[in-house]
Amino acid sequence: MANTRSRQGGKSGYLLFLLPGVLLFTAVIVIPLLMNIGISFTRWQGIGNPQWIGLENYDRLIHDANFWASFRNIIYIIVAMVIIPTLIGLFLAAVLFDYVGKKIGPGAASAFRSGLYLPQVLPVAVTGIVWGWLLNSSTGVFNSILEKIGLGFLAQNWLGDPKWALWSVMFVMVWVQLGYPVVMFMSGLQRVDPELYEAADLDGAGWWQKFTRIAIHLIKPEIYVVLVTTTISALKIFGQIFVLTRGGPGNSTLVPSYFAWQNFFEKFNAGYGAAISTVLTLIIIVLTYVFLRIQTADERREA
Amino acid sequence: MTSSETVKPAKPGGLATKTLVLTGLTIFTGLVLAPFLVVLLNAFKSSEDYSQGGPLSLPSAIYFQGMIDFWNRVEFGEKLWNSFLISASVAVLAVIISVLNAYAIGIGRLRGRTAFLMFFLLANLLPQEALVYPLYYLSKQFDLYNTRLVVIIILTAIQAAFGTYLLSSVFRDFPPSLLEAAALDGAGKLRTLIRVVVPTSWPTLSVLFTFFFIWTWNEFFLPLIFLIDNDLQTVPLALAVLQGQREVDITTTAASALLGIVPAVLFFLIFQRTLTRGVMSGAVK
Repeated sequence: MANTRSRQGGKSGYLLFLLPGVLLFTAVIVIPLLMNIGISFTRWQGIGNPQWIGLENYDRLIHDANFWASFRNIIYIIVAMVIIPTLIGLFLAAVLFDYVGKKIGPGAASAFRSGLYLPQVLPVAVTGIVWGWLLNSSTGVFNSILEKIGLGFLAQNWLGDPKWALWSVMFVMVWVQLGYPVVMFMSGLQRVDPELYEAADLDGAGWWQKFTRIAIHLIKPEIYVVLVTTTISALKIFGQIFVLTRGGPGNSTLVPSYFAWQNFFEKFNAGYGAAISTVLTLIIIVLTYVFLRIQTADERREA
Repeated sequence: MTSSETVKPAKPGGLATKTLVLTGLTIFTGLVLAPFLVVLLNAFKSSEDYSQGGPLSLPSAIYFQGMIDFWNRVEFGEKLWNSFLISASVAVLAVIISVLNAYAIGIGRLRGRTAFLMFFLLANLLPQEALVYPLYYLSKQFDLYNTRLVVIIILTAIQAAFGTYLLSSVFRDFPPSLLEAAALDGAGKLRTLIRVVVPTSWPTLSVLFTFFFIWTWNEFFLPLIFLIDNDLQTVPLALAVLQGQREVDITTTAASALLGIVPAVLFFLIFQRTLTRGVMSGAVK
């Protein structure tokens, strides 16, 4: 192979193809990222000269109740976007693939799959508008259903009451995310060799045993992908919060990215906003690294 | 779920289980889809109709005025055009950049390709907040703030980071025999890319294009910050701005939500076809 390549004129010729990409990434990603880290050591309102203050922004961050609230809230968001959809998704994918797909027909299974996936395709802003209306305290559909069936006393100000706002956002995020693991896991299950199942049948294994011992084991790569990608998107959540609650009431649904945005564009604390987003970036990178290490270690153990 | 689920259809009890599973799934999926139905139910109601029957009654007459009012109020046609222009430009440019990068990394096997790949993976992981303020500042310096062009440039870079990462691993498995044949014909690197690599990997590229288009269409954060003028805004942005205005009545909200849902569902249907085709031709290869 090396021979062929050298006949084609060597590797250096390929460098030229990398040029547009490298220029673009330098301008849009590398320089802004470094600038952002730099800004995080300054006090700056976005105009005039930034004033170097060293680690002061980070010191302030550690003592800021809003900052800690935003990270406490993000843990709840991770439960809603990662853990619950993955667990329900595993169960639904198994039922759809193993039972509906095999005993009723693949058409039925894929119809259910499409239905469950539909919330995933909506623009974030549209999700926010629809649910903002459904959960509205006075004009909302949710409360008016409760009233109609005589459960009016259960009606709440779902998005406006600090006791309920975070739970409501979590509920919406489960709705949004559920389809993704279902689709991923169903495609992973197609890889499972039916002979393994037949062998397990002969051993008298039940559905649950086959599911936990064979299926979950074999779709591990998909489970990792889902866990990593959804955790990262949970950490980055912005649009739904912006449209549904704006981080409120109080700081009950505040998340790091919205907190950074507020400091950049509402409070004109560019330095502080930059510090928040730098911390968020670090957390994402460390978490991804840990995930990848666990995954590699796991793959090695099995090999 | 018990082991009785695994009985073959011929055994008694199979039908009851089947009905139970199907009913359960139908109710569950129905609940997931219920918000869409509620939107549809109210998008064609007049305000009077809504205040009389509430959100769950059937409309007493099909009423288009709410949707027409909304369309004119936000100049929805213009927003559709902005969204289309930005999404299509980003999708085309990001696929081109991804192909060029991946050609060098995956097929050219440049030295340091692992470092390049790690870089693209990282670029893809970054929260946009970590880039947005410097980009905002720089765009003002270069007179690009409040233009569609700056949104196109930034999103092209972000989408191409993902595309490069994905395509590089696809190109690594590119059949060497095809490359050798092209080399024997005396084709240079650019010619090989255009005549051999691009046509062969077309299904993957079309999947990538669809992804980029939909992701860009749904993008909210960057348009929010960079597109200030009304006549530059995209569909999601226009809907969110309207949502923030207090005096909007409910049937208008429903009508606007429906106008936001329809393109997304259309893309979803097209996307499913592209995806199936892409995956299938991948299997043939």
